[in-house]
Amino acid sequence: MVDATTASPWRGSRILSGAGNLWRSLDWPLRIASALLILFVIVAVFGPWLTPYDPLTGSLRARLVPPAWQEGGSWAHPFGTDRLGRDILSRIIAGARISLTVCVMVIAIAGAIGTAVGTAAGYFGGWTDRVLMRLVDLALSFPVILLALLLGAISGPSFANIIIVISLVLWSQYARMARGETLKIRNEDYVDLARTSGLSDVKIIWRHILPNIAPALIVIATLQIGVVIVLEASLSFLGVGVPPPAPSWGSMVADGRSYIASAWWLCIVPGSAILLTVMAVNLVGDALADRINPALRGRNI
Amino acid sequence: MLKIIVTRVGEALVALLLMSLVIFLLSRLTGDPVALLLGDGATEADKAKLTQDLGLDQPLPIQYLTFLGDALTGDFGTSVTAGSQPALQLVLARLPASLSLAAVALVFTVTIGILFGVLAAIRRNSAVDIAARLIALVGQSVPSFWLGIVLMYIFAVQLGWLPTSGYGQWQHYVLPAATLGLFTLAAITRLVRSSMLEALGSEYIKLARIKGLSEAVVIWKHALANSLIPVITFMGTFFAVMITGAVIVETVFSWPGIGRLAYESILSRDFPVVQTVVLVITSLFILANLAVDLLYVLVDPRMRSRG
Repeated sequence: MVDATTASPWRGSRILSGAGNLWRSLDWPLRIASALLILFVIVAVFGPWLTPYDPLTGSLRARLVPPAWQEGGSWAHPFGTDRLGRDILSRIIAGARISLTVCVMVIAIAGAIGTAVGTAAGYFGGWTDRVLMRLVDLALSFPVILLALLLGAISGPSFANIIIVISLVLWSQYARMARGETLKIRNEDYVDLARTSGLSDVKIIWRHILPNIAPALIVIATLQIGVVIVLEASLSFLGVGVPPPAPSWGSMVADGRSYIASAWWLCIVPGSAILLTVMAVNLVGDALADRINPALRGRNI
Repeated sequence: MLKIIVTRVGEALVALLLMSLVIFLLSRLTGDPVALLLGDGATEADKAKLTQDLGLDQPLPIQYLTFLGDALTGDFGTSVTAGSQPALQLVLARLPASLSLAAVALVFTVTIGILFGVLAAIRRNSAVDIAARLIALVGQSVPSFWLGIVLMYIFAVQLGWLPTSGYGQWQHYVLPAATLGLFTLAAITRLVRSSMLEALGSEYIKLARIKGLSEAVVIWKHALANSLIPVITFMGTFFAVMITGAVIVETVFSWPGIGRLAYESILSRDFPVVQTVVLVITSLFILANLAVDLLYVLVDPRMRSRG
């Protein structure tokens, strides 16, 4: 007469109770941050089905409508409309999708390049190491915004270009971390054993090195999400990022800048969206970094 | 010790040389300045002549060597857009505005950041600590272009306490310096807080207390001295953040510095100015890192024996 639920726990309920335990172990700021982050991802993924209006076309009769809680505002446009009568809420939702796409793509590209360079440098050592690390030092010592601005101006504003530009700026951090971690384990017994048993270098890196250095790289990736969001927004603000009329949060702030005295919400709403998202990402990222690898605490400068 | 200094200076010079090559190549990729300068109505002969005048008909390695040789003698060419002024002169004229802004921001953020970090560490979980942690979180998350606009809106447009933009009097420095400094302030507060907490739990602080030193001396002298080392380590990064941030902050506040010059010249594809301004900024960057490295050797005796 063993209790059925403990004897054969239903998988879903186990996951749910696991999530419940995790939730209870978080303090309040972290709970709010996680909730915001989940909201961000949901909004970004399901954006096209959630937007109340078309984010790209507005009605000129409804130009510069203030937010609902302001005088003259209405719940038809909770966050008001911009100078072309486009619904700001819809644009924020569409902007979340842009932000998340850029984040995922950049982290995939920069992570792949950086990891490849870093593990190669750490694993092979010698001249490979020296040449590759010189390259990394060079990339690290170039002012980020300036490099992105130069590359952005060269390639012209386009969605693909901004992803490439930000990846080119950020890959070096993965390379440095991957090299350091690879150096730590490349002379471990199991790596030597794999080598003497005739496994090729590529296979050793893939099967034995990568799985062991992955946690450190995941930490870098989480700490970088906020950087990517701010960088994308900054470049779009400066006019070399996501080209209009796509509603990047950064270009929305740029659009609203000259209306700051008469229609503050054009600037404040998208800016708040950036601030809240990045704050949530940073809080969760720090907590995750602490759990995975406490030694990395304080690296997020 | 001398060996370390020579090595570091040598490395900095190599970095500078590599950087000049990268900048040269990048600025050659930004597009054709000839077409941009002459507009649509230009004849082929005009284009050919200007190409020749600018030296753009030479092979790239020759162009680079010419660029390098000229640069070493202080000749960075003349601006293509700003009435053929010498590029270097244009950049140097803008340098004081940027450096003074960065200096003001850095002095304030270091002072306030250390104060905040120490107070937060000795009164853990108090109101000061929570405020410090909040500043650290917001400061590292807020995009500076937006912060600048918000501060401008509150203090210049709504309250009318400070000018929206301009340059010359001390009032003009407040908002740009605050915008530029918040990220660094957040970072320093965070660093000092965590290293102070570590220091306060250490053996030598226990010893200092057992010796009967006053609490003020223990905290502000013994614990703080060791907590400042990570701040010095990141000083180069902070300076870099300030220079990089200058591009955005100067653009928002119409500050007449090299950051805005960089932005404007990149957008107008003014090759000679782009090269010069980016080279000047990266040189500052490399020099700052070199200075930090050397300072580190001076401050931390443990570093002297290392290569």
